[in-house]
Amino acid sequence: MSYSGFRVIKEALTGHRGWGPAWRTPDPKAEYDFVIIGGGGHGLATAHYLAKEFGKSRIAVIEKGWIGGGNVGRNTTIIRSNYLLDGNEPFYEMSLKLWEGLEQDLNYNAMVSQRGILNLIHSDAQRDAFVRRGNAMMLNGADADLLSTEDILKRYPFLNVNNARFPIKGGLAQHRGGTVRHDAVAWGYARAADRRGVDIIQNCEVTGFRIENGKCLGVETSRGFIGAGKVAACVAGSSGRLMEKAGMRLPIESHVLQAFVTEGLKPVFPGVVTFGAGHFYCSQSDKGGLVFGGDIDGYNSYAQRGNLPVVEDVCEGGMAIFPMLGRVRLLRMWGGIMDMSMDGSPIIDRTHIDGLYFNGGWCYGGFKATPASGMAYAHLLATDRPHETATAYRFDRFETGRMIDEKGMGNQPNLH
Amino acid sequence: MIIEHPLLGPRDAAEFTYLGDAAMIHRPDWQAEDALAQFTTYGYLRDNPAGPHRELWFHEQGDRSWLVVTRDTTTHEITDVQLARDVARAEGRSK
Ligand SMILES: Cc1cc2nc3c(=O)[nH]c(=O)nc-3n(C[C@H](O)[C@H](O)[C@H](O)COP(=O)(O)OP(=O)(O)OC[C@H]3O[C@@H](n4cnc5c(N)ncnc54)[C@H](O)[C@@H]3O)c2cc1C
Repeated sequence: MSYSGFRVIKEALTGHRGWGPAWRTPDPKAEYDFVIIGGGGHGLATAHYLAKEFGKSRIAVIEKGWIGGGNVGRNTTIIRSNYLLDGNEPFYEMSLKLWEGLEQDLNYNAMVSQRGILNLIHSDAQRDAFVRRGNAMMLNGADADLLSTEDILKRYPFLNVNNARFPIKGGLAQHRGGTVRHDAVAWGYARAADRRGVDIIQNCEVTGFRIENGKCLGVETSRGFIGAGKVAACVAGSSGRLMEKAGMRLPIESHVLQAFVTEGLKPVFPGVVTFGAGHFYCSQSDKGGLVFGGDIDGYNSYAQRGNLPVVEDVCEGGMAIFPMLGRVRLLRMWGGIMDMSMDGSPIIDRTHIDGLYFNGGWCYGGFKATPASGMAYAHLLATDRPHETATAYRFDRFETGRMIDEKGMGNQPNLH
Repeated sequence: MIIEHPLLGPRDAAEFTYLGDAAMIHRPDWQAEDALAQFTTYGYLRDNPAGPHRELWFHEQGDRSWLVVTRDTTTHEITDVQLARDVARAEGRSK
């Protein structure tokens, strides 16, 4: 069944009895050509593009809980392609282009909203850095716009550009950036993949790999063995835990990142704004809540819950740049476990085990990458060659010295 | 989180900065045949366990000592804290 305006009217007049579930609940088959581990945004997108773009069939997505219960349903929903380095920017720009056509592709309203993202500039050095970044973006076909304080005040009149401590000197804007309804991304990809015959198997945990003579033959799960031509790991924050079962150590640490949402307000925050002198960013959801976040907690964690010192730090950052936040009540806060890599950039690559593939290391920025990650991973799985925008996302870059370190922080995951 | 400092007693984790896996105490020998491979592993690969984790914390806003803290990464429960100096000596790292 296709979704459309006409359909909504028809269902409204007939008591909404015709919708039905958006995807099936199949039992696992004994064997598939492709078994994707992890029903997050990336796993579901991979399944969709494998079926749609590469004409593959016999595909399963295996999820230990429910789809969308991981980071795809926990993030702050920001999409953008404002990266600096050549290894990254073409990939993220492809992702933004895919977001722009996503809803038509999936026949699903993911509420893609290109409301723009604005990085505030507080010093001359920061302006130089952002000019360089903007130029790098434009060289890769992305949009970037250097704004004056007057331009900024037109859209954000509540900002105090003459703040004594953190004066605002301008901003780097990407008008095509914005937000997307995160759960709808998981649901939309799941429905589209399911309609092309992909089996989405929830409540089924992968507990091990069957590896013989250097070849991966399938996965052991809580619902028995599932054979596979190719096994594609795609479990974000659980990467270390999962790949350990294949005897692999990764250039990744798992860390917790917290996010916050306030009570609903009338429209006050038209786009996404990031504070340039502390780690804080904020946007307003379509329901009206202010959604914000900041730094990761900073130590290895699988706990999906954070500690108070970082809450205080994030709120201090918020108060420094948007003092009006002080009058708003916080509604909820939560944590998600992120796969922080050693250079802050992801990996989409084959492993040394035949038939076992890996996608991970997304840090706190993998939501925006969802469509491109799915496309590039599907490309790798279907052709055994990396997608042209993802050639730098290799395991061996740490050995060969080809790190993609946007911030120049070195091998310290909690600083990326 | 409260870290039970062996010399100073219970201290708020906010006084510390975190480095990572305590395996970093074992810096490879730069003159070894396979030093490059050893340093790649040392610098970039991690066990990243879900469960007890031995890790290095620096008491930056305190006595500036390095600690080896054993903490469960699924519950944040801390079961053991030692001075990194003592740990390194016991493992034969320095005289
Ligand atoms: C608080 C927070 C804010 C964020 N904000 C942003 C943002 O604004 N913009 C942005 O671009 N990114 C953001 N991110 C990062 C982004 O959410 C992640 O990088 C991205 O969602 C990871 O990919 P995923 O959707 O596939 O992961 P997930 O949704 O976590 O999917 C992984 C799935 O694998 C499953 N799984 C794990 N182990 C197994 C197993 N053994 N067997 C079967 N299944 C298993 C899990 O249950 C999970 O559903 C944020 C993250 C957090 C936590």
